[in-house]
Amino acid sequence: MARRMEKVPVREQDAKVRATNFEEVCLGYNEEEAVSEAERCLNCKNAKCIAGCPVLIDIPAFIAEVKDGHFEKAAAVIGESSALPAVCGRVCPQERQCESRCVMGIKGEPVSIGKLERFVADWARDNHIDPILAKEKKNKKVAVIGSGPAGLTCAGDLAKMGYNVTIFEALHEPGGVLVYGIPEFRLPKKDVVAHEVENVKKLGVKIETNVVIGKSTTIDELITEEGFDAVFIGSGAGLPKFMGIPGEQANGVFSANEFLTRNNLMKAFLDDYDTPIQRGKKVAVIGGGNVAMDAARTALRLGAETYIVYRRSEAELPARVEEVHHAKEEGINFHLLTNPTEILVDDNGWVRGLKCVKMELGEPDESGRRRPVVIPGSEYEIEVDTVIMSLGTSPNPLISATTKGLDVNRWQCIIADEANGATSKEGVYAGGDAVTGAATVILAMGAGKAAASGIDKYLSSN
Amino acid sequence: MYKIRGAEKLADNIFLMDVEAQRAARSCQPGQFVIVKTDEKGERIPLTICDYDREAGTVTIVFQIVGASTQKMAGLKAGDAFRDFTGPLGKASEFVHEDIEKLKQKKILFVAGGVGTAPVYPQVKWLHEHGINADVIVGAKNKDLLILEQEMEAVAGNLYVTTDDGSYGRHGMVTKVIEDLVNEGNTYDECIAIGPMIMMKFVCLLTKKLNIPTIVSMNPIMVDGTGMCGACRLSVGDEVKFACVDGPEFDGHLIDFGQAMKRQQMYKTDEGRAMLKLQEGDTHHGGCGQCGGDK
Repeated sequence: MARRMEKVPVREQDAKVRATNFEEVCLGYNEEEAVSEAERCLNCKNAKCIAGCPVLIDIPAFIAEVKDGHFEKAAAVIGESSALPAVCGRVCPQERQCESRCVMGIKGEPVSIGKLERFVADWARDNHIDPILAKEKKNKKVAVIGSGPAGLTCAGDLAKMGYNVTIFEALHEPGGVLVYGIPEFRLPKKDVVAHEVENVKKLGVKIETNVVIGKSTTIDELITEEGFDAVFIGSGAGLPKFMGIPGEQANGVFSANEFLTRNNLMKAFLDDYDTPIQRGKKVAVIGGGNVAMDAARTALRLGAETYIVYRRSEAELPARVEEVHHAKEEGINFHLLTNPTEILVDDNGWVRGLKCVKMELGEPDESGRRRPVVIPGSEYEIEVDTVIMSLGTSPNPLISATTKGLDVNRWQCIIADEANGATSKEGVYAGGDAVTGAATVILAMGAGKAAASGIDKYLSSN
Repeated sequence: MYKIRGAEKLADNIFLMDVEAQRAARSCQPGQFVIVKTDEKGERIPLTICDYDREAGTVTIVFQIVGASTQKMAGLKAGDAFRDFTGPLGKASEFVHEDIEKLKQKKILFVAGGVGTAPVYPQVKWLHEHGINADVIVGAKNKDLLILEQEMEAVAGNLYVTTDDGSYGRHGMVTKVIEDLVNEGNTYDECIAIGPMIMMKFVCLLTKKLNIPTIVSMNPIMVDGTGMCGACRLSVGDEVKFACVDGPEFDGHLIDFGQAMKRQQMYKTDEGRAMLKLQEGDTHHGGCGQCGGDK
């Protein structure tokens, strides 16, 4: 049988329709589509895709089960490595990870590993397949700080090993960036995130919300007063960065974190929730990462004409290819090679426009990307009433400032061993954005996983 | 859930509640705040801490109805519960970390305005418990809006009450009392002023002239309250600070009050609309000439 060189296309909501709602954009594969996509997998003996996965899912093995229609078995294969498959199938940058290594990709399109993972996870949810519990309990307590991707993964893995795990979450809902950051149309909160959190709870993990470590209690108190034997810090990124240009404190300038938190966590887009959000008429989002795309597509859905303003060219956009593609389809205007120099403010203190300059790419900088340089005399104005800054974050000092003996680097990120998550403080491990600075969901999960095995080794030898 | 042990109406639109919140009660300090949320759909509302009982595991909050969410909160009674209660957040007042002996040498003046009397109270109480008696000015619009007078009396050195309309205590604004006290020969090493933004602004203008270092407690718009959203950013001197993690207390002489007051208005029409919707049901579809109606 000749293998098709192209992926089985995945059904999506029409771009015009979805630009006006918060329903999920990608509809995923049905059983038939999934089996037919799975048949494209060559089941390589030396499967390169696995090494491309930060949590090392046995990809050919789960795809082989899908091919045979054994979806429950496929879910069990993924479950051995990942606690959040329904999330990863939706938000991982597969084109840079597993799928980039797929042999099928040399002459045609790689196997759609992400969409297959999503299919399996959704099938398991719809068919009420529960995660597999630990065979025996270990009499040791682990505290996990933060219930985002790193924390949930670390907690899930430790619970599967039999540890008694409690997650402490600062916000009122568990999920971290999965609930406050990534919008509903990319990652449905009730069906996907809440369900994955439920699965982690089914493994025996307790979640205490509204606890701000460093304020409500400290890591040292968790160890000395509450009897935790080890601690994992997965507290996430932190304080939003601003550009430092004039007009940034004007009304109508938001960090992407604020804009997305209002919309996603506080559900400001729904009429019956109390938290307000500015539904701008013309919105400029500054930045080119996934968060910028999320903010822009959210503003669009709230009714605004929306622009992305990014200082490098399209090739350098850090966002997933799929997000950029979706954003364009939905009608977002890209002002590439453009850098804002000032936010223009009206007499009442509200944003009325954005002053920009055009850029061109010069010599590569230390990141290897070509450095954008200003084109003289290229200044122009965009008329907007809202500006959303999506420039990344700097680490939150709440934990590092209140934990004795926890070393941070010069960017204030917690220093942790990549292999096992160990920090400078005995019994304390860390991973995810708190260590690396803002990165991806799956890298945080990989770090959570490495730390879980590091903690297991530490507690087994004590 | 965080149970309300007691609820009391202190004045028109001003309410006090004792809320069971073990972790917050155990670790909170004067100057810090909490965030409460009434139910699933409610806002996260930042509130300063008025008092705490570490043994009972309760935190006392005081709030004024300013919009739909605080209106909803006011409807809660003893026995009801908040869905969420997070804290303490922000930094404790600076004096908590100071050397007590040095602190005893200092003459501190507190200036409390309106509902701002609530967060001043635990600071004065803390000092009192450490053997320091601070002078306190409490200002209110009128006699009926004066809160916590007896409580403050019990912990303050000298208490000066003033009302804008002269219906009780001295007559006039808090700034007038500061001037009077200084003219009467009192000297102060430090002033801590908490109240409406406009009051703090004018206190700072005066104390700058009088050369009294002044701390204010800022209450800008916040969402998460843990440093994540940046909604609460303020210009303090040449720097941009986040009230939730860098504050809420700052050097009042460095605050850009004009900007802070503009930022506080950001959601005013939205909040007004939500309030009208709450009061009138879903009948407010424009016509007030202000808000453009429900979109």
